Amino acid sequence: MRAQFVMSEIGVGLRRNLTMTFAVIISVALSLALFGGSLLMRDQVSAMKGYWYDKVNVTVYLCTKNDAALDSAAGNAPAAAGAPGTAAAPAAGNGKPCSKGAATPEQKQGIERELKKMDLVQNVMYESSDEAYKHYKERFGHTALASVVTADQMPDSFRVKLKNPEKYEVITSAFAGRDGVQSVADQSMELDNLFALLGTLNWAALGIMMIMLIVALLLIVNTVRVSAFSRRRETGIMRLVGASGFYIQVPFIMEAAVAGLIGAGFACGMLGAGQYFVIDHGIALREKLQLINFIGWDAVLAKLPLVLVIGLLMPSLAAFVALRKYLRV
Amino acid sequence: MIRFDNVSKSYPKQTRPALRDVSLDIAKGEFVFLVGSSGSGKSTFLRLVLREERASHGQVHVLGKDLAKLSNWKVPHMRRQLGTVFQDFRLLPNKTVAENVAFAQEVIGKPRGEIRKAVPQVLELVGLGGKEGRMPGELSGGEQQRVAIARAFVNRPALLIADEPTGNLDPQTSVGIMKLLDRINRTGTTVIMATHDQQIVDQMRKRVIELEQGRLVRDQSRGVYGYQH
Repeated sequence: MRAQFVMSEIGVGLRRNLTMTFAVIISVALSLALFGGSLLMRDQVSAMKGYWYDKVNVTVYLCTKNDAALDSAAGNAPAAAGAPGTAAAPAAGNGKPCSKGAATPEQKQGIERELKKMDLVQNVMYESSDEAYKHYKERFGHTALASVVTADQMPDSFRVKLKNPEKYEVITSAFAGRDGVQSVADQSMELDNLFALLGTLNWAALGIMMIMLIVALLLIVNTVRVSAFSRRRETGIMRLVGASGFYIQVPFIMEAAVAGLIGAGFACGMLGAGQYFVIDHGIALREKLQLINFIGWDAVLAKLPLVLVIGLLMPSLAAFVALRKYLRV
Repeated sequence: MIRFDNVSKSYPKQTRPALRDVSLDIAKGEFVFLVGSSGSGKSTFLRLVLREERASHGQVHVLGKDLAKLSNWKVPHMRRQLGTVFQDFRLLPNKTVAENVAFAQEVIGKPRGEIRKAVPQVLELVGLGGKEGRMPGELSGGEQQRVAIARAFVNRPALLIADEPTGNLDPQTSVGIMKLLDRINRTGTTVIMATHDQQIVDQMRKRVIELEQGRLVRDQSRGVYGYQH
């Protein structure tokens, strides 16, 4: 088989179907960009999970005198003093967890002892209400709310670091509702909501990708069909003089492969542009959202070979299948 | 070379079979006319030889091979030993005469040096020496058919199949084409030619096979086009 002859046939074929070739390139580019994007999104989510789960604690808030007073008074709203800025899940069971008064030193010691005994717990840090007040002032000192908060409104708490942050429920079920425990707050619950949202977005991207992929495949099949029809004279003669089926099909398959590869190239460009303009520069999320640990170029570059390979193989396969039907050998 | 054993061919959705119980033998080096009115089964006969169709019943042997047992991927190799010529020439209009002939060699992967040698040779043989660079559209019908014959013959097939090669040509040009086919036959190539041209058949006095409604009704050596009723 002679490469030059085959290459010139491919060029002729692609030019003959210029509009269809463009359609194939664009739809392949879009579907592969979505595909790569959702892979990167998955990376991003797991990077964020690792980063944030590492930082979050489960906090066991202890009852303050205020809490006790409020809970003792009938029909009162849950304590106001759950440390601001975190989600204070009301303790399960008892609607008024602090009705038996502020946490006693014995209760504190008991809780600390038990926390330290648990395998799951990496370390336990006690934060007194004064310390909490100090931290609170540091973070929110400039706001109006901070000026009315006093130290005795801030609860004492145990900051618990878990070995496996996803198992926070164990702590919640063990300590929520216990005497002297106002509430058990877990920051990762909020993260879970965020991750669930990101996961949904990721599935949506995958769904759109599937639709685009189907569109791309249908376009490829149609392009190949048109191409095979417009060249039926050549292929008919090829058949007559005994060209092998492979030899007759290769130009068509290569046409689809070249168009797919160009589309995949565009998809790679879009992924790179996304990383450059959205995360690194331009919108520059990396600077604006420093809390988030964004994926880097290594993650983007790692996806490109896969995108290119799929961009090459998928159209070739579609063309091959289409030819079995439209180009009888 | 070709053997048909009780071959029948029916197409789906057609009640009448296109070929019915045809048995015949064509030896190497023969020149055979295939005659019969339209729809008599001539084309089906040729399609079976080319393995574009498979027989519904019976066995077709071409070049010593049972075509029913020939797997699909071996068919191209079988066809390389056959040359085919059609009434409508089937040339590529955007390629020159030489390129049209070379195409038959390029697509079966012949080396370039061999093609460069064989193409002028075969064009000389068919009487088109010096017209290598012309486009098919610039040639007369007879010349175009000569290009087609050159293309069919360039790979030196053992069997040349011609489906009404003179159907579009005037009688005088047809004689030239017949002389060319006769010359090719004399090099040892078996020629099967389907035709409606009574004059040619009567003049050539070769073996005549007549089909009528799918049946073999006459197989006559040194025959003429029709019976003298």
